Amino acid sequence: MIKNLRVKTSKFIDETYKISFKFNGTTYYGYKGDTLASALLANDIHLVGRSFKYHRPRGIMTAGSEEPNAIVQLHSNTSRTEPNVRATEIEIYEGLEALSQNCWPSVKFDIGGINNFLSPILPAGFYYKTFMWPANFWEKYEYFIRKSAGLGKSPTESDPDVYEHKYIHCDVLVIGAGISGIMAAKTAAKNGFKTLLVDEKPYLGGSTIYQNSEHFKINNQISSSWLEKEINEIKKINNLEIKTRTSVAAFHGYNFLLARENLTDHLPLENRDNKTRHRLLKIRAKKVINATGSLERPLIFDNNDRPGIMLSSAIEKYANLFGVVCGEKNVLFTNNDSVYETAICLYQKGINIEAIIDNRENVDSKLIKETEKNNIKVYKGYTVVNTSGYKRINKISIMQLSKDGQKVVGSKIVIACDCLGISGGWTPAVHLFTQSGGKLKFRDEDQVFIPNIYPSNQISLGSCNGDFTLDEILTNIPKALKDFLDINKTDYENLEVQSSFNKSKRNIWLLPSDKVIGRTKSFVDYQNDATAKDIKLALREGFRSIEHVKRYTTTGMGTDQGKLGNMHALGIISETAGSKMGELGTTTFRPPYTPLTFGTIVGRNVGEYFDIFRKTPIHEWHVQNKAEFENVGQWKRAWYYPKEGENMYDAVQRESKAARDSAGILDASTLGKIDIQGTDASEFLNRVYTNAWNKLAIGKCRYGLMLNEDGMVYDDGVTTRLGENHYIMTTTTGGAATVLGKLEDYLQTEWPELDVYLTSVTDHYATVSVCGPNSKKIVSQLIPDLDFSDENFPHMSFKNTKIGKIKCRVMRISFTGEHSYEINVQANYGKSLWEKCMEAGKEFNITPYGTETMHLLRAEKGFIIVGQDTDATMTPIDLQMDWIVSKKKYDFIGKRSLYRSDTIREDRKQLVGLLTENPNEVLEEGAQIVADINKSPIEMLGHVTSSYYSPNLKKSIALGVVRGGKNMMGQKLIIPMENKQINVTVADPVFLDKENKRLNA
Amino acid sequence: MFIINCPYCGEREQSEFKAGGEAHIVRPKQPTELSDDEWAEYLFMRKNIKGIQFERWVHTHGCRKWFNMVRDTSNDEIKAVYKMGEKPPAK
Repeated sequence: MIKNLRVKTSKFIDETYKISFKFNGTTYYGYKGDTLASALLANDIHLVGRSFKYHRPRGIMTAGSEEPNAIVQLHSNTSRTEPNVRATEIEIYEGLEALSQNCWPSVKFDIGGINNFLSPILPAGFYYKTFMWPANFWEKYEYFIRKSAGLGKSPTESDPDVYEHKYIHCDVLVIGAGISGIMAAKTAAKNGFKTLLVDEKPYLGGSTIYQNSEHFKINNQISSSWLEKEINEIKKINNLEIKTRTSVAAFHGYNFLLARENLTDHLPLENRDNKTRHRLLKIRAKKVINATGSLERPLIFDNNDRPGIMLSSAIEKYANLFGVVCGEKNVLFTNNDSVYETAICLYQKGINIEAIIDNRENVDSKLIKETEKNNIKVYKGYTVVNTSGYKRINKISIMQLSKDGQKVVGSKIVIACDCLGISGGWTPAVHLFTQSGGKLKFRDEDQVFIPNIYPSNQISLGSCNGDFTLDEILTNIPKALKDFLDINKTDYENLEVQSSFNKSKRNIWLLPSDKVIGRTKSFVDYQNDATAKDIKLALREGFRSIEHVKRYTTTGMGTDQGKLGNMHALGIISETAGSKMGELGTTTFRPPYTPLTFGTIVGRNVGEYFDIFRKTPIHEWHVQNKAEFENVGQWKRAWYYPKEGENMYDAVQRESKAARDSAGILDASTLGKIDIQGTDASEFLNRVYTNAWNKLAIGKCRYGLMLNEDGMVYDDGVTTRLGENHYIMTTTTGGAATVLGKLEDYLQTEWPELDVYLTSVTDHYATVSVCGPNSKKIVSQLIPDLDFSDENFPHMSFKNTKIGKIKCRVMRISFTGEHSYEINVQANYGKSLWEKCMEAGKEFNITPYGTETMHLLRAEKGFIIVGQDTDATMTPIDLQMDWIVSKKKYDFIGKRSLYRSDTIREDRKQLVGLLTENPNEVLEEGAQIVADINKSPIEMLGHVTSSYYSPNLKKSIALGVVRGGKNMMGQKLIIPMENKQINVTVADPVFLDKENKRLNA
Repeated sequence: MFIINCPYCGEREQSEFKAGGEAHIVRPKQPTELSDDEWAEYLFMRKNIKGIQFERWVHTHGCRKWFNMVRDTSNDEIKAVYKMGEKPPAK
């Protein structure tokens, strides 16, 4: 039987617009304007999920983004599925499908519910304590824990929606469009400030807009009517932008804020295509006005989590805004005056209130008098000690509180009910303020933290600043705005305010019970199932810092970040430990305020835009010729070119052999290129490289090694002297940007007197390297006019020449040990040059090779790759490259560090060659090297850095770093692998052509 | 993310800049004359103050110029920026 739980038409609900939706497979109806929560409540559904640990039935607790319980999975098993959506926030649309989370097989019968009865053995830290032993069992435990825990399911298909990022610059940002935010935005905008007003809800006006009480009036109008006129006015102001459904997620330093604008989540799925779903706003505001309001606190008593137990303000909102009755037999339980507003509101709508339990004893106010006049029974000085009803609350027990509030006295009174509204007072929503670095202070009289020290140009107004009553808000705002905006006057001077709120409150963080605490379940964090008992246990076990208690008990660690219960956790800690709340501080509020989708965070940076890559001018040729690619820095480099039926190994063996036997061709365009000019260019190179540069003749090239000031190898490459004061430096592909940065740093900060100019020209040139015994024949075909004799064009020299009409620089340099040429042309001729080389090399079987073959060929020659054979702990001496370190130069970067006590140690790790006993056995790069396998613990001497099977030497070769390796030539070492040992011999790292005959062939 | 007033370009987002450690550490003119300890002092020892710190920054995605900054590390307030070679402001 479906009851009609709609009271009276609400102007926020369009009853002519019926919407059908599914919850746990059943179809229900709601109206336009409903949230999923209000529509479910209108269908008399309170039970919406199970709790995380004990799988207790849980209901809708709030009417806003602070909801801990009513979280659902939308559109399961589709690409648009989303877990952890708060039913209290999502607006219903035709076709919405939602499922309960944390339950299996169903929300009404959940096998995990057994945890509820096991709870005496599931205390705080249970997982930490139990699943530690035996250590290697963890993987098995984890499997079951993950299966039975978990908050919803993540989508498995790719997201069909589009997201974007947008920057906004404004003079004033107002966060929250309640009464304070509306007044602030209007004042700012009318005084010429470019203003942005955002609110997470779809409507403006906060909680005042559905307030219909005669007790709250502004200038003799009911507060909601007064505010409605203000809202209509601000909509007409030009320099005020208003964004609803926009939740500020993060407030960083310097008034930089992130907000999520929700554009399509309230639309039926078929209307969402080709629309942006969420927009991440990156807001830079000169001034920020926090008007984020406050959150009602629950009360902590035994079994305070049953479906049907809700915040009193939520009951009022459901009745006033959505026209929904949450229960037919309502009881309200409070420690302050605000439930009487709810009571009067419900009474006026003809909704039955069984009783009000007020923990204050001698209390009276206009609101209470009126409530009692309406024959509603008020139990003063009482507290709820227990509740019952498994899937919905059905009764409560109350008892009288002792004078000091520490225990209960007298006999129990039982009251039947189907809905219990609770109010523990209000907590200012200071989350964003503290994210920005703001410091709080504790106000003892009503036990709240309020903003104290502002780190940037911002203020807090209204209830987020601790002003909870209408008259306080309206009196304080005009003055605060005048100071903050530096203006003379606002529209709100001398407003006549009528407010009947009595501020008295009896704050008891944990209400006493007739049972011992060990037998109670008083939930502090509903989402993570942390109880008052857990917190007390943590304190007994010696935890003192609130940050530790938080992590041990998981209080406040759910997706709601404990918006409801964190204050109670602090209160209980402070009472138990006997420390003052103000001194205890709070746990850190971290962004985002409410969860963000991954789509919002990444925006358009998905697919090929996720990580932008760089292509050489010859890239298309590599693609057409089926190259496999390797990522090097941001570059896509051709890795190898497999022919039909070849795997990587086969291709690399073939390419390597061809390069040595006849000719190979490599796209070397990615090497970093820095143009260096100026009268001090030679001196500059002298200071940044380890070897000497001032005697390098024009037209000659030289290999150089660059160190960090700590003496460790940083980069290497060949630099060519193009003219008297002109060099071109090459760097490693991955190091180009940092090398340029480092050189600029020294030039600007240490040696500003040097006349040197640096320009990055990496992208300006395409570089084709042709190597092998036939390389000269190939290149000379392209440039018939150039004299390629060794006398005119020796190894390590360069020519400015032309191929046809195209200017080019040709360097005779080699990274393979073969006779080879590097031809540089303007980038846009790169592909054409490559094709010309391929054409000219046809008769010599010219073979394109990729980075893998390049690595193999240079390893045969024992040439290092910075970053592979070195890490930041290798000096040139460690690399056995003493020959490149000038003894004569007075200074260069890193020189002094080469003879620090640590760098001159003989037993440093040094680069050596490694030959396997079995020439066909190829070592694994990264494998450990040891000398004595029987020693315990085994002493690690080093590791393998490069390893290949050399088709030219017909054996396995490897480079590695070994402690004291320099003096271990010929010594046998062991590489222990998972299921075998490999015997190796330490060898010279140059495996091929030590005499460099091939270079000059 | 803070806003940095580059002495060459004016106010820009922090994401355009890179931090370069403590300022006013001069590379010794004659490193070879230094003992290991003296060299290590230059090489490794850096202050990490909670409060006013003198730092080097570079406008990497802008003019690529290095400059100095006085920053309160406890709240990221930038007290001053000045060019390389200019005298640091009094504390």
